[in-house]
Amino acid sequence: MLELRSLTKRFADPAAGARTVVEDFDLEVRPGEFCALIGPTGCGKSTVLSMVAGLERPSAGVILADGAELAGTDPRTGFVFQQDNVFPWKTVLGNIAAGPRFRGAGRAEANARALDWIRRVGLAGFEQHYPHQLSGGMRKRVALAQTFVNDPRILLMDEPFSGLDAQTRQIMAGELLELWESLGASVLFVTHDLEEAIALADRVVVLTARPATVKREFTVDLPRPRSPREIRFHPRFVELHEEIWSSLSDEVQIAYARATTVS
Amino acid sequence: MRILLRRSAVPAVQIAILVALLGAWQVAVDTRSISVFFFGSPSGTFRELYEWIRRGTVQGPLWQQAWVTMQETLAGFGIGVVLGVLLGTVLGRIPVLARIFTVYIGTLNSVPRIVLGSVFIIWFGLGMGSKIALAVVLVFFSVFFNAFQGAREVDPGLIANAKVLGAGRGAVLGHVVLPATFSWIIASLRVAFGLAITGAVVGEILGATQGLGLLIEQAQGNFDPDGVYAGLVVTTVLAAVAEGLITLLERRLLRWKPRRRAAPAPTT
Repeated sequence: MLELRSLTKRFADPAAGARTVVEDFDLEVRPGEFCALIGPTGCGKSTVLSMVAGLERPSAGVILADGAELAGTDPRTGFVFQQDNVFPWKTVLGNIAAGPRFRGAGRAEANARALDWIRRVGLAGFEQHYPHQLSGGMRKRVALAQTFVNDPRILLMDEPFSGLDAQTRQIMAGELLELWESLGASVLFVTHDLEEAIALADRVVVLTARPATVKREFTVDLPRPRSPREIRFHPRFVELHEEIWSSLSDEVQIAYARATTVS
Repeated sequence: MRILLRRSAVPAVQIAILVALLGAWQVAVDTRSISVFFFGSPSGTFRELYEWIRRGTVQGPLWQQAWVTMQETLAGFGIGVVLGVLLGTVLGRIPVLARIFTVYIGTLNSVPRIVLGSVFIIWFGLGMGSKIALAVVLVFFSVFFNAFQGAREVDPGLIANAKVLGAGRGAVLGHVVLPATFSWIIASLRVAFGLAITGAVVGEILGATQGLGLLIEQAQGNFDPDGVYAGLVVTTVLAAVAEGLITLLERRLLRWKPRRRAAPAPTT
């Protein structure tokens, strides 16, 4: 169980003194639950993930994993970034074996585990390729395997598919669901794409415009296993989309109004 | 087929141009269109080189003179690169130190460094020390600025990813910061090696008891343009060989980088 309790993040801002990006953020994610966070661009969603990952310190509040405080980076968490962030100087094999190597596994063991994941994400034959020789979708698969090889219990994903074209995105979403179902990790998936959120998640959490707090939660009662491509035509999907959008659109408009007045 | 023919013709054309230029020079000298006393001639240069190789120079065997210059160059290059990489990486990763020291380094960088050669000869004498010192100063700055820039511009996303994957401080340095900085450093090595040779030879010209620079300086004193050219040719050959070796090293270390035109990426 992952719990965020009154999580708050303020950044120093020379103009305004301090800028609150996340405020009193409360959320619980059950083991094995896929939870999507959705909110307008720039609302602080990514900051929430960075704090859970241990890359940023909360200004106030705590993060608990199975009842114990989660401080700093933790071996149980994995993070798939918006940019793929694969190491350009490592081969596909080297990139995927990096996690186990960092965590103390020997070269042979790390490579064996990496090879298994290379096969599972469909990159067999590309072990010795460097990232610049791969397409965007393939690099994303490297990033997924790089994270999954560490067998994370808490999987954080920050708009992982936003840089891909629409078709590749759907394919990757389908692959992600299959991998996740075999892994059973709790997922916090940040996105600003509502369709993606509903297609993937068990629960969609709508955030307010900055500072981010939880506005409303929606349970996605769609059957699993799902195909993200076909589920969009399910009548319940359309209903949910309608419902969640009416909650989300206010926040999007607030964020939009701010963005246009500032600039 | 025509493209193939054209490609293979390029080296032949290049050689032809060289031969034509040298030939024109020789003809100009032979017909007394220009003075051989001031400008020398290709044949004279060749003769001088041949003499150096066969009978040795006034200072002793040619290989000995070249070896002296090479030792100075290599020592200056090595020390300069190590200092440049160390200081550049440290200042690049620790912003406080960078804020304190960039003023000094910037100011020192503006000093016309060749002039320091005279200072070094007073400090370290006519031996190798003064030449090595001059090569070090020249090499240091070119490497330092590249290492500094490289270390400062490491993609924070890559560092975050390494941390989440489980990397400690040491692993972040070894797996992310250094490889990222390497491509910047290696780019500077070729220029740096040229500067190291320049430092060694100029140091020798300013005052020395041995070395290729001394040969050049003596030829200049004897009003012997062919001797100056011969010294230049030897220096150039050494520089070219070293550059070739550095290029090989670069290829090996930067295998992960896309070549000028990357192979088309396979589609998903």
